[in-house]
Amino acid sequence: MTNQSIRAERTFSAAGSVEFDADVLVIGGGPAGTWAAIGAAERGARVVLADKGFCGTSGATAAAGTGVWYVDPDPALREAAMANREKMGGYLQDRRWMARVLDRTYDRSNQLADWGYPYPVDGNGKAQRNSLQGPEYMRLMRKRTKQAGVTILDHSPALELLVDEDGAVAGATGERRQKHDRWTVRAKAVVIATGGCAFLSKTLGSNVLTGDGYLMAAEVGAEFTSMEFSNPYAISTAFGSVTKTLFFGWATFTYEDGSVVPGAASKGGRSAIARALLQGPVYARLDKADGDVQQHMRASQPNFFLPFDRTGIDPFTDRFQVTLRLEGTVRGTGGLRIVNDDCATSVSGLYAAGDAATRELICGGFTGGGSHNAAWAMSSGGWAGQGAADYARQIGPATRRSLSGAGTVALRENANRPFNPADLTRAVRDEVVPYELNYFREAGRLGGSLRRLDALWAEASSADAANASDVLRAREGAAMLATARWMYRSALARQESRGMHRRDDFPDQDDRQRHYITSGGLDEVWTAFRPHAAAAYAEAAE
Amino acid sequence: MIEIIDAERCTSCDICVNVCPTNVFDKTGGIPVIARQGDCQTCFLCELYCPEDALFVSPFADEPQQVDLAALKQAAAMGSYRRAVGWTDETSDRRGIDRSYLLFGH
Ligand SMILES: Cc1cc2nc3c(=O)[nH]c(=O)nc-3n(C[C@H](O)[C@H](O)[C@H](O)COP(=O)(O)OP(=O)(O)OC[C@H]3O[C@@H](n4cnc5c(N)ncnc54)[C@H](O)[C@@H]3O)c2cc1C
Ligand code: SF4
Ligand code: SF4
Repeated sequence: MTNQSIRAERTFSAAGSVEFDADVLVIGGGPAGTWAAIGAAERGARVVLADKGFCGTSGATAAAGTGVWYVDPDPALREAAMANREKMGGYLQDRRWMARVLDRTYDRSNQLADWGYPYPVDGNGKAQRNSLQGPEYMRLMRKRTKQAGVTILDHSPALELLVDEDGAVAGATGERRQKHDRWTVRAKAVVIATGGCAFLSKTLGSNVLTGDGYLMAAEVGAEFTSMEFSNPYAISTAFGSVTKTLFFGWATFTYEDGSVVPGAASKGGRSAIARALLQGPVYARLDKADGDVQQHMRASQPNFFLPFDRTGIDPFTDRFQVTLRLEGTVRGTGGLRIVNDDCATSVSGLYAAGDAATRELICGGFTGGGSHNAAWAMSSGGWAGQGAADYARQIGPATRRSLSGAGTVALRENANRPFNPADLTRAVRDEVVPYELNYFREAGRLGGSLRRLDALWAEASSADAANASDVLRAREGAAMLATARWMYRSALARQESRGMHRRDDFPDQDDRQRHYITSGGLDEVWTAFRPHAAAAYAEAAE
Repeated sequence: MIEIIDAERCTSCDICVNVCPTNVFDKTGGIPVIARQGDCQTCFLCELYCPEDALFVSPFADEPQQVDLAALKQAAAMGSYRRAVGWTDETSDRRGIDRSYLLFGH
């Protein structure tokens, strides 16, 4: 049912632009953004959702599909679900948030069933709700978002946030790629749900995920946390984009000569694959999957088989070359710092959800094996949307505030050298993609990268505004650059190995560093420590 | 990467133009064109949404490939993903056969 009365209002249409007046603007239309938009609309807010691509196909979930941290509300099962991940995550999780997310994910998944998501039923007649097919899930989410009365702007990347006189976030502007014009949404609160940053690695569905929301949020002074947990790499065929790793649990990994790569495994042995790839090609064969498993695989993840079927490879009997593609903060845990249960950021009027926000609260420093990210997206999305709607209501009927654009790099005239997005992107990728820099970290190499990245920032931020046809790519390049700098500065500050963060010069976990690393800043990047709640209590009791 | 639009099957409905997350296609008034192949992220989603099985995405993510349209049609490769996930009328029973729950925790 569409409720016309609470739709965002289109207020202005000068040539070359459209303008909307809304209570809540959601930037990004993956699971986090759609749940946020629905959550805000259910609270009576007038909502606009703007997506860089098409809400329903864009983002990591739509293309990949996800396992979901769906656990029946049996106290023993819930306890086990929380406990069995703590070690992997480096003991940085927060039990209260884990419990909240488990509750919320359970409710939302059952809501999806009521909305008609075709969950499978097992041999005992029990519905199984711990996996979502991406295209199916996101097609449904688009439909429900529209039915909630949300105005969706597709192919409409946000380029910068708007702020009022007090610095509170009050909307955003961007471009409409297929209409070749600009959009502006004046809103009382904004939810950043732009996903993570995968540095254009072509990991499945993720080339729209370039950290744009991080950059926009940093420009209004938002803080980040756990950005050192930003170096997951996913396995795929050497030529393909399908980085779904679950089935590689049945693989044997070999060198060129056919001998087995020692210690190599999808789970718990991926670094052995990365080390082998530094030496030469690595091959896989899913030879541990029996006939039944093979059938379940085909039924469960049809897209996993596209690269094989379309090249005539039988992955169960043929050996094929593999690679590792960087996923950055998409399956990392770093992101915008959340300051309360509504997923507010440290800036008034700004909320964050999904991969754009930190997942340290439920997975600490490691997400591998999946499920938690999807649970976080559906939970944090709803909370951020509701929180933003409540905040908007508090502001009341807005007197027309005077707003200004908060964007910096690539947007402001400097009459200096021209902005070259392609060169910038290449230079940033050169620093974050190589395994020897990002997978295996070390002070000297991190420092060298940071010097080059800082120099790139100095250059980009003093370059002229990008022209209209380049501005999206320029902002993406700048966002990836800023993300890389928070990542590596945080990685340098964590002088130990914990979660997915691996330091060659500090190979062990150090109990004294059971804290979080906050980061931020653009011209000057800074880091600071925050105590982990449990560690702080333990110290107080000593 | 997206390699081809079959002009024989395409009905110029422009669905692919709308749904491609990286805006690879352009409308023309007739059959859309692959205007920015280099931006393709090899997500296969245009194939899922094309009602005519008129598109083919090659699994090679980093470089373009020569494809033989007649051979693809003969091998029923076009639309194979759509059928596998149950997005055609004849295959809709496949929408609910996800058996991931049997594979997790391996
Ligand atoms: C191959 C793969 C497999 C995965 N498997 C699992 C799994 O099994 N379990 C699990 O829990 N997680 C998994 N994940 C992670 C999971 O997909 C993400 O955590 C989830 O998609 C996050 O949802 P989101 O809404 O925050 O971001 P996304 O789904 O990535 O959506 C972000 C949206 O923001 C939009 N956007 C970006 N920039 C802008 C801008 N400037 N303006 C407007 N819009 C913008 C994008 O177009 C996109 O639609 C997997 C990821 C990958 C890549
Ligand atoms: S979706 Fe298919 S039929 Fe429609 S325009 Fe695109 S290629 Fe043609
Ligand atoms: S495969 Fe994905 S990115 Fe490429 S053209 Fe199709 S929808 Fe667009």
